[in-house]
Amino acid sequence: MAEAHTSGEYIKHHLQNLTFGQHPDGTWGVAHSVEEAKAMGFWAINVDSMLFSIGLGVLFLFLFRLAAKRASVGVPGGWQNFVEWIVEFIDDSVRGSFSHRNAMVAPLALTVFVWIFLLNLMDLLPVDWLPWIATLAGVPYFKIVPTTDPNVTFALALSVFFLVLYYSVKMKGPGGFFAELAFQPFQSKNALLKLVFMPVNLLLEGVSLIAKPVSLALRLFGNMYAGEMIFILIALMFGGGVLLGVFGGVLQWAWAVFHILIITLQAFIFMTLTIVYLDMAHSEHH
Amino acid sequence: MNFNATLIGQSITFVFFVWFCMKFVWPPIMNALEARKKQIADGLAAADRGKHELELAAKAAADNMRDAKSQAAEVLAQAEKRAAQIVEDAKNAAKAEGERQLAAAQANIEQEANRAREGLREQVAALAVAGAERILRREVNAQSHADLLNQLKAEL
Repeated sequence: MAEAHTSGEYIKHHLQNLTFGQHPDGTWGVAHSVEEAKAMGFWAINVDSMLFSIGLGVLFLFLFRLAAKRASVGVPGGWQNFVEWIVEFIDDSVRGSFSHRNAMVAPLALTVFVWIFLLNLMDLLPVDWLPWIATLAGVPYFKIVPTTDPNVTFALALSVFFLVLYYSVKMKGPGGFFAELAFQPFQSKNALLKLVFMPVNLLLEGVSLIAKPVSLALRLFGNMYAGEMIFILIALMFGGGVLLGVFGGVLQWAWAVFHILIITLQAFIFMTLTIVYLDMAHSEHH
Repeated sequence: MNFNATLIGQSITFVFFVWFCMKFVWPPIMNALEARKKQIADGLAAADRGKHELELAAKAAADNMRDAKSQAAEVLAQAEKRAAQIVEDAKNAAKAEGERQLAAAQANIEQEANRAREGLREQVAALAVAGAERILRREVNAQSHADLLNQLKAEL
């Protein structure tokens, strides 16, 4: 595989999603370069990202549903025990960070954590395995880690952001939410001063509000993208002779071990911030 | 970074997954966990209660034992008292009977003695008359002298 390309092409190939959409000339098909994908505009879809995220999500829900169906008061079995351990861990996290009553937050946190963890986990598969099989099957591009696709991370972050907006308005009312944005951090008892401060406050609070989903999405995307990039760079060594190949193998192993920490941590951070943002949406400030 | 409809597809997928998790995964597991927690707590409480009840029962048993013992002692004392009473009564009755029989015997003896004395008196009178007859050597008219003889008898 790698020998057939230059290093640059190899890296580009690995960072390209399998995008399906309408070409500018009106035909439907798969984009063969970043430029072609861009030319398809918004109404194209990354088939590989969708396939793996839905597949892994269904796997997660299927396995957990299995445990949920068998859940009983009696002594739990192995898988049952594992699921209960995760559920209790999530429940503790939610109880620790979320101080209101909302039946949706804990299941949301569970979904976010396990799903993102599974999506990240795909990073540990050697970078060439699945794309190679896909190439044999005639699929030109195959990016198997959905969290290295900004579409995926932004979709997650924006969904959380809309929940934050929804609960902000629901809990505080539109006026209360606006007041939170307009009358702090600069406060005054004087009505005129209040009016003067308002644009500044709106700017500051608006930026910090928008920064939430953007940072949430970019943090996850950046970490996973960088990790994937390092795997790809290490994989380049396998084409450079026996000595470099062995060295690359050791490096890949070491990076994979370290990466186990990163993927878990990123999933955990995303979950915790989701809970914290929703908690802030429920709380009255000042 | 180029954004496309994947963004929307992912959001829908995400919402669906969260909904499914909220509906079919989280509640059964949480319920089972809560129920197990409750069952364990109940079990511990029941054990505590059982222990407490055992203590109470042991205490009640000891109380019963003590009551029974004191009752038995009481019964025993009463029985002893009653026995002593019966013995005493019997003694008194026997004494009274003895005295009664003694008195009767004494009365009897006195009667016998009186009767003997009467007999002797008549014999002495007859002897006196017979003596007088021998002295007079002739038979006096017993009838004309009966008054005299009766007077003599009374004097004896």
